[in-house]
Amino acid sequence: MFLVVEWQFIVEKLVLIVAVVMISLVIAMYETYMERKVAAFLQDRRGPSRAGPFGILQPVADGLKLFMKEEIIPNNSNKFLFILGPCLAMMTAMMTSAVIPWGGTIDFFGYPVSLQVADINIGILFIFGVVSMGVYGIMIGGWASNNKFSLIAALRGASQVISYELPMGLALIALLMVTGSLKMSVIVGQQADSWYNVLYQPLGFMIFFVCALAECNRTPFDLPEAENELNFGYHQEYSSMKLGFYLFAEYINMFISSVVMSTLFFGGYDIPFINDVNLGHSIGANWLAVLQAMSLFFKTVSFIFLFMWIRWTIPRFRYDQLMNLGWKTLIPLSLINMLITAVVVLWLKK
Amino acid sequence: MQLLTNRAQLVDRKPMTFIERLYLWNIAKGMIITFSHLFKKKPTINYPEQKRPFSPVFRGLHILNRDEEGRERCTACGLCAVACPAEAITMEAAERKNGEENLYREEKYAARYEINMLRCIFCGLCEEACPKDAIYLSETFAPANFQRKGFIYGKPDLLIPHPIEKPEEYKKALGNRVVREVQ
Amino acid sequence: MNATQILFWFLSGLTLFSAIMVVISKNPVHSVLWLIVTFFAISGHYILLNAQFIGIVNLIVYAGAIMVLFLFVIMLMNLNAHSEPQKHKWLKLAGILAGGCLMLVLVAALKTADQNKMIAQTQEGNIGLIENLGKALFTEYVVPFEISSVLFLSAMVGAVVIGKKGD
Repeated sequence: MFLVVEWQFIVEKLVLIVAVVMISLVIAMYETYMERKVAAFLQDRRGPSRAGPFGILQPVADGLKLFMKEEIIPNNSNKFLFILGPCLAMMTAMMTSAVIPWGGTIDFFGYPVSLQVADINIGILFIFGVVSMGVYGIMIGGWASNNKFSLIAALRGASQVISYELPMGLALIALLMVTGSLKMSVIVGQQADSWYNVLYQPLGFMIFFVCALAECNRTPFDLPEAENELNFGYHQEYSSMKLGFYLFAEYINMFISSVVMSTLFFGGYDIPFINDVNLGHSIGANWLAVLQAMSLFFKTVSFIFLFMWIRWTIPRFRYDQLMNLGWKTLIPLSLINMLITAVVVLWLKK
Repeated sequence: MQLLTNRAQLVDRKPMTFIERLYLWNIAKGMIITFSHLFKKKPTINYPEQKRPFSPVFRGLHILNRDEEGRERCTACGLCAVACPAEAITMEAAERKNGEENLYREEKYAARYEINMLRCIFCGLCEEACPKDAIYLSETFAPANFQRKGFIYGKPDLLIPHPIEKPEEYKKALGNRVVREVQ
Repeated sequence: MNATQILFWFLSGLTLFSAIMVVISKNPVHSVLWLIVTFFAISGHYILLNAQFIGIVNLIVYAGAIMVLFLFVIMLMNLNAHSEPQKHKWLKLAGILAGGCLMLVLVAALKTADQNKMIAQTQEGNIGLIENLGKALFTEYVVPFEISSVLFLSAMVGAVVIGKKGD
């Protein structure tokens, strides 16, 4: 009977899933606060400062406001799909976190618990697959609103995401040639005792980073919702928490892509400049796992800050420039990168 | 084209070089500029807690003045209403009765004196027109209101507090400006 | 009945149901969405067969890219249940005939194969894992693999040529 099998395993994974989902939600909440603060500081302003000390409760107030708002479903919209859209966007955003290793193994009263929900051997491809599903949230939402502008914005968004998936995948292939495995835990393990992958793949990292900006619909690639130039984008007809879901999903995506970049290129939960294994012997596995999780968190927050810093510095691309950059610059560059990597890897093996 | 100043620069329309077309250097430059703003002093003033001092020539809400003994200066001559370009001032005159000498300085006084703050343009011509130094513009502005009638200020709103009975409030309402003019 | 079997029956039912919904949905957008559900269910089957790589590639390529393009076209053409053209009676008959023939062929083919002795191996076998698949593709099946890549290349060139014609 499968229900008896390994109830420990099921409980462990359930707890991990709930923890990861809660952490991503809280981080996404505070990303909105951080975004407003960073924007304010870069523009010599103060930012939210009224709700709680330093405005620390501002995200709670914002969320409450979105919940309280009137929910409007347009008359001529396709109601089921209209509701499905934000749900899909949120779901795909949350699913990606399943394969990310958040830290080493902790020892829970003699029962080893790995801080990773699923260590599948197609780790990166899983992330890639789920990200490519993210388009449906945008497209279904845009189409179901029965509004020309939403539809066109959805098409803009979807074609942007599809276009930038290609160079992203090609940059990943070059990285996989270096690592030789798709397993996230193996990739992190390889970087633990040696150089980080960014040193082997600087160009690959640049391409991946630009594509991550485009995939998350962040400035300078936030054309799906160019709120001050085109219109509000695919979520134009949305209100209340359904709009909140779309906006929230974007922040979760930003968090996840920062984590993915730290994991793939910057050693994941490895603590830089320190031999983790020796440290683990002296302070114990559990404290090591905590420190490692902190290290990953720090790397992630730095990436998130970089995302925001870029958003408040660089103006938006025009749509043809966006497509030119994607198809005529990034794809050839990533192909060249792949070729060079392949040659070097082969040469070193001989 | 003739240059008007020696600082003018002609727009350079040369095609960009390869390095320039990469934009990497320019992006880095922009990022450094925005980053440096992280550490700049914020010019924001937290309004309800901190208030910016008004300029001495600021023209805010009107105040009907009293003299040193606390008598109203206004004699309802109507010059302010005539001077007002927005026609915001209306008044009704009345004659001073016996026993009211400690209330009104002149023999005629304004029984009703109203300024519509929605019409008023705060030009200060009423202040200039007044021969008795009875009206002047203070250093506050009209607070928001939900109704139109809340913006029609009558005598109770405009009159300055009594200088002998409430000297502190009188001083506060007087502001910096009138002190200078009186001296 | 263990967990794998329950999953298998659930996924099979889902696959058949959503595949039927693809055909009988009035709204083309709904059809596409049901087709995506079908792909998900089939990917689930792949994963049950321990072919994770094939499963996820099925998702990335079909559900992630090709279906998005389908959606693009259908959304832009604005096909509604109302604007569906009335098909000719004979056309319907021809469709039934062709479909019936295909079914006949499939049934005949399955009948002669020794299906009864073959049982799908769930959770074992590792040909679907990325390493083994790569090895098989680049040693045993290298010629068909290269030929198919040439085919894709020619298709790409053809697409570029068609795209350039407008200029």
